Amino acid sequence: MSNDNLIIAGKSYNSRLLVGTGKYKDFAETQAAVESSGAEIITIAIRRSNIGQNPNEPNLLDILPPSKYTLLPNTAGCYTADDAVRTLRLARELLDGHSLVKLEVLGDPQSLYPNVGETIAAAKTLVAEGFQVMVYTSDDPIAAKQLEDIGCVAIMPLASLIGSGMGILNPWNLQLIMERVQVPVLVDAGVGTASDAAIAMELGCDGVLMNTAIAAAQKPVLMASAMKKAVEAGREAYLAGRMPRKLYTASPSSPTQGMIAKL
Amino acid sequence: MIPQPGYDLKVISIQINGEAEQYEAPLTVGDLMQRKNLTGKRVAVERNGEIVPRSRFDAQPLTDGDKLEIVVAVGGG
Repeated sequence: MSNDNLIIAGKSYNSRLLVGTGKYKDFAETQAAVESSGAEIITIAIRRSNIGQNPNEPNLLDILPPSKYTLLPNTAGCYTADDAVRTLRLARELLDGHSLVKLEVLGDPQSLYPNVGETIAAAKTLVAEGFQVMVYTSDDPIAAKQLEDIGCVAIMPLASLIGSGMGILNPWNLQLIMERVQVPVLVDAGVGTASDAAIAMELGCDGVLMNTAIAAAQKPVLMASAMKKAVEAGREAYLAGRMPRKLYTASPSSPTQGMIAKL
Repeated sequence: MIPQPGYDLKVISIQINGEAEQYEAPLTVGDLMQRKNLTGKRVAVERNGEIVPRSRFDAQPLTDGDKLEIVVAVGGG
């Protein structure tokens, strides 16, 4: 499958699994899970530095160096376009001019559902400033198309709420989005276990981004490996083209001819 | 920045990551980084809503009432 790379903003990736780096018990577990997932694009958050508390405390970028991974700074926790834009300007400075980013503007802290109006406003500003924007959004096909038209390099609809592990709740909307949008469509949020990731890929999604499904598993490093295989299996199944569903009609797998005679 | 003879030393208040702190002026972003043991660390700085590039830390003076955000990369999804 070496010729089946994921292309985002002109750059080619072998892995179609993107992973977050939050909620792990320590950096060692983060590093092991990321390694086990095979992900090349990993999300990070931007937060105020704990000034003066422990200047020698290790930095996330030391264990996940930008030389090895494509870091995708996010705007998690931002509720306005303005906060999201400021956060990503800081990220670009932090990462020496790196322009690939994950935009998410949330609507409320209970659902973490995207605020699409603010997301669109932020996307316009960021694209105009030269950012390559991978955008988290609702599974609304009209919003997805608007975000593509603005110039976002990937559309990332939720499958269910962030951190919920509820899986692919509306495959029809994901398909409506994929029919309308030319840029890669990645499921972002809601995956709970390996079969969810496989279903997303079987639907034809270009990739899956997840964090909690791995980090909150009993054995995160093992789940990361499971997710890697699920994304690969789902992709291959999509490319292979599944058999048609035949309602109420069985079809034997073994020959119907040449049966031994009844005594 | 070393105060020159005759320079009017004064105390300025700066909001750093939401906390008010007092410093003697003149003070640059680079001076502040040194005080905070952040020189050479992977941080990004915003002053009053505008990015201060690392290359300009030593050239950027801080003034009374400035609002600074100093951020790092952390784990996130």
